[in-house]
Amino acid sequence: MEIKERIKEGLSNKIVSWDEKSGRRIYFSVKKEDIRDTVKFLFKELGLRFSIATGIDTPSGFEILYHFSFDELGIFYSVRVLIEDKKHPQIDSIAPIFPGAEWIEREIWEMLGINFVGHPNLKRLLLAEDWPQGDYPLRSENES
Amino acid sequence: MSHKVIVPIGPYHPLQDEPEFFQLYVEGEKVVDIDIIIGYNHRGIEKLSESKHFDQVAFLVERICGICSSSHPYAFVLAVEDILGGEKSVVPERALYIRTIIDELQRIHSHLLWLGLAGHFIGYNTVWMWAWKYREPILDMFEMITGNRNNYAMYKVGGVRRDMLEEDKPILEKALDELLPALDLFRGAVMDDPVIKARLKGVGILTKQQAIDWCVVGPTARASGINIDVRRDEPYGVSDRLNWNVIVEKDGDIFAKTVVRILELYESVSIIRQCLDDMPGGPIDSDVKDIPPGEGIGRVEAPRGECFHYIKSDGTNRPVRHKIRAPSYMNVASNKVAAVGQTISDATITLAAVDPCYCCTERVAVINKPDNKKILNGWDLIRLSQEKTNKVKEDLLNAGPG
Repeated sequence: MEIKERIKEGLSNKIVSWDEKSGRRIYFSVKKEDIRDTVKFLFKELGLRFSIATGIDTPSGFEILYHFSFDELGIFYSVRVLIEDKKHPQIDSIAPIFPGAEWIEREIWEMLGINFVGHPNLKRLLLAEDWPQGDYPLRSENES
Repeated sequence: MSHKVIVPIGPYHPLQDEPEFFQLYVEGEKVVDIDIIIGYNHRGIEKLSESKHFDQVAFLVERICGICSSSHPYAFVLAVEDILGGEKSVVPERALYIRTIIDELQRIHSHLLWLGLAGHFIGYNTVWMWAWKYREPILDMFEMITGNRNNYAMYKVGGVRRDMLEEDKPILEKALDELLPALDLFRGAVMDDPVIKARLKGVGILTKQQAIDWCVVGPTARASGINIDVRRDEPYGVSDRLNWNVIVEKDGDIFAKTVVRILELYESVSIIRQCLDDMPGGPIDSDVKDIPPGEGIGRVEAPRGECFHYIKSDGTNRPVRHKIRAPSYMNVASNKVAAVGQTISDATITLAAVDPCYCCTERVAVINKPDNKKILNGWDLIRLSQEKTNKVKEDLLNAGPG
């Protein structure tokens, strides 16, 4: 079965929307409660390679894109999650599934202030120790 | 009887491109754990990018790394062109060839740089001098083609900034011809040398499963048997029109990583030659004016692996969000498993084997007890590593032929 069909079938009760921007760029969104199961399925069952995650501050909430690469066919799947609660943003950590996600979750945590529940070692990665607590540089209220 | 000793390595050294801080936990000679602390060089480029217009961002991201100063702007323009419908739909033919030539020249100079440092770490200073000697003419080629030995300023959305002159072609061909005997020399010196084999085989192993779990990329992944290369998996430039091979090794040790990089040098030379043969004439820029709203992802196989850029545009002339992930971000983290279980004398070369622009280190303190602090410098670590090579050499000599 084609990889796309396997994803659609395996995550049929989780996928909220599906957007193929091109043959190589597929974006789909899931509810934030489903992120750990979704990632586990993509990484462990289908063997997709985790490339990185992108945290974005949008007017409707914090968005996280988890980018997965299916290298055999050169297709890039981005799983989109929206965290609406901007006051206390939090989501399940995917780092317990595989260690390659530890750093990027630490980075999103310090840059956007999103709490990753269940992360084994949630501490600063890039920001200096004396950077003020509660000041998140990538939030949109900080002028660039 | 053994008690834990902490060996901090880093974070600053003038020879290092990026300051990184490795804290090794050592029992006797054996590394039992490692803490990796980064961020000393964080410049907020993702945030800064939101304040630049699309033409400026290419210059900004070029300055992320002095070695990969083709990969970052290339991945960035690919991300923007992804919004526009893909590289091939907006970039003229000739520019595609020029992009590939610059990208492969970068791989040659970067791999030679690493080879030299790796040689130095294990006490092969001749390899170090040779590798850097033969790297110089490649930098001269950059100067000839782009005007700069570093930070080439070649990439822009929709094309390249500077055309390649016809009279430059034979000079570049000659430089490649002269490089090949040097590559043969390295291949012989590394792959047939019993001392290097004994020194690097079985050291700093990253197994295939570990490579998958830590999501490593580039030569680090390919040396562990993972067959990935963005140039083949998601072709950009003209990489899908040329004949070349993805080099994959199985063992995952430092020897395998070295072999992958040396053999990739040959592939890069071959790619550039084919580009020079096939390059058509014509325009080099399609003069893109507006970037529509949307999001795009650009991926390039940098010398160290997949370089990732994500761009979100709202239709203005500046990106709303620009996410950058350099390959070392994934590779350096894997030292957590590759360096553990090694001896201290193998730590330097193991940490360097992922090619994180990390070379020798300064400010190394070996801490035995809180009140007993001994300061070593980075050269001591390299000395330990070189002494081990000498030991291996002597053992081999004493064992005699056969």
